[in-house]
Amino acid sequence: MIDNPVLRIIAKIIIPMILLFALYVQFHGDYGPGGGFQAGVIFAAGFILYGLVFGTEALRSAIPPGVLRLLIAVGLLLFAGVGVVTMLAGSDYLAYNALAQDPLAGQHLGILAVEFGVGITVSAVMITIFLAFAGRNDP
Amino acid sequence: MISEQLPALQVVVPLIAAAFCLVLARPLGAWLITFAASAASMAVSFLMLNTVMDSGVIDYTFGGWAAPFGIAYRVDLVNAYVLMIVSTISTVVSVFARASVTSEIETHNQGFFYTAWLLCLTGLLGITITGDAFNLFVFLEISSLSSYALIAMGADRRALTAAYQYLIMGTIGATFILIGVGLLYALTGTLNMLDLAQRLPDVANTRTARTGFAFLTVGLGLKIALFPLHLWLPNAYAYAPSAVSAFLAATATKVAVYVLLRFVFSVFGVEFALGAMPLALGLAILGSVAVLSASTIAIFQQNLKRMLAYSSVAQIGYLALGVSLATPAGLTATLLHLFNHALMKGALFVALGCIAWRIGSSRLQDFAGLGYRMPWTMGAFVVGGLSLIGIPLTAGFISKWHLILAALEKGWWPITVVIIAGSLLAVIYVWQVVERAYLAKPPAETSRAEAPASMLIPAWLLAIANLYFGLHTDLSVGIASRAAASLFGVVP
Repeated sequence: MIDNPVLRIIAKIIIPMILLFALYVQFHGDYGPGGGFQAGVIFAAGFILYGLVFGTEALRSAIPPGVLRLLIAVGLLLFAGVGVVTMLAGSDYLAYNALAQDPLAGQHLGILAVEFGVGITVSAVMITIFLAFAGRNDP
Repeated sequence: MISEQLPALQVVVPLIAAAFCLVLARPLGAWLITFAASAASMAVSFLMLNTVMDSGVIDYTFGGWAAPFGIAYRVDLVNAYVLMIVSTISTVVSVFARASVTSEIETHNQGFFYTAWLLCLTGLLGITITGDAFNLFVFLEISSLSSYALIAMGADRRALTAAYQYLIMGTIGATFILIGVGLLYALTGTLNMLDLAQRLPDVANTRTARTGFAFLTVGLGLKIALFPLHLWLPNAYAYAPSAVSAFLAATATKVAVYVLLRFVFSVFGVEFALGAMPLALGLAILGSVAVLSASTIAIFQQNLKRMLAYSSVAQIGYLALGVSLATPAGLTATLLHLFNHALMKGALFVALGCIAWRIGSSRLQDFAGLGYRMPWTMGAFVVGGLSLIGIPLTAGFISKWHLILAALEKGWWPITVVIIAGSLLAVIYVWQVVERAYLAKPPAETSRAEAPASMLIPAWLLAIANLYFGLHTDLSVGIASRAAASLFGVVP
């Protein structure tokens, strides 16, 4: 589809907006509708659109499978790590109150970090699944 | 401080370890992480079992949200016992897995293999420990999805279709369970098992409760592989990598049986589940048919992994029979067999894995003279086989003895006939192997060629456990009967 100038140019304009919107959904998630899962899916949609228009090879060089694998693990570790931190702070697993002096600030920080972990893992998994199906015939 | 965090650590340790495995992706490192995490969860489960035996139920709330609103873990004797079984089997089999996986799975997939293994362990432990019906479903999906991946990694290309078949059946089962949980939630407005148990009796006599119960039991029946919902199991166990067959055969269906027990006894209550609903009769009939038909089919299998898989279906029949009696004695027999069957199937599948490692086959015809080529491996296999039959002095005898006693106590003598007939059928299929390995004319090449120690030691550990728990029954029977009593008591 790289031969089609309309698709190519529209994709180039739209992809940054998709990614920006994903970040908005990610970090606005604790005030309005949104959160890690939705943001992760939207973020991945930007990459998947890139892969659809410019080919899976281009997508693979933009974000190598090794990096994706690392991101899947990092997101999970961020989520689980927040729990470990609260445990080390002497509280229960994922009890965000323990993260800061002020319980409200702790809750805020905790949910932000956990949702960010979810977002990273979800978007990396989505792109991996896309590459696994669409890139089957790649060398 | 750390002792208070044990319930969370039980699940978190293998989960975090799985992420590290994925990053590392080196076969040796990933294996080390898997073994260390399994051993750590085993230690945690033993500590918890100890605490529960001494001082009663452990409650744990996540994120500081109290029980009915947040997710609560609740460890009583029953799930502490199942956690101990699952984590111990994972540890022992993971020792065996190193050599077995190296020979059966391509190097670049081994990191993924161990990641999936740890995720499966996380799921199984999570299902067992949680006190929240929806959290249970989430962990069920974690363990199921990772076990589909594990099975699909089998060297045989048929592993892929077997995994796909399991995927379809397993997903239907999980969906049924979710529908059941959803109906209960709609009816009571809670997902916490303790809360459900309190609110359900008032609304038990409604169509929603009965429908929810039916969906749950059928969905769990699929996961348990209760006859006639067992069709996914023989292929899945036969074509999975050897280590996976050993791990899943000894744990996955056991955990599903635990969930059934939890819902029947703790959530719905005995009066409703086994009294008002016709579950006891259903389990008795299906269990009997499972024992007789699956044992008969096992006799005709040429692939021994398949034979053991059918034998597993038969063993699940015994578990169902124990539940159907609806007495503390019957439940004790079920819980006891849960443990003993994990030991015997673990030993048998690990021994079979050693043989597959050496001769690259698990077909009966290739077993000629194996008793002389691999005496230690076949020795472990024979011990496991004797236990499977239920010969006195083995663990299998103890659980069958308790099951027969429970059936007689209830006056259901046809059940005892079924159990004895099942044991006789087991004699036939185990004897086939022994005959071929020790009495058949060996092929020309008969030099001794044992499996490496890292595979033999787990096999013999499990085999010796079969003998030990056949002689020293205080521990296993003691915990099982106390756990059964607590399920029959008021406290879930």
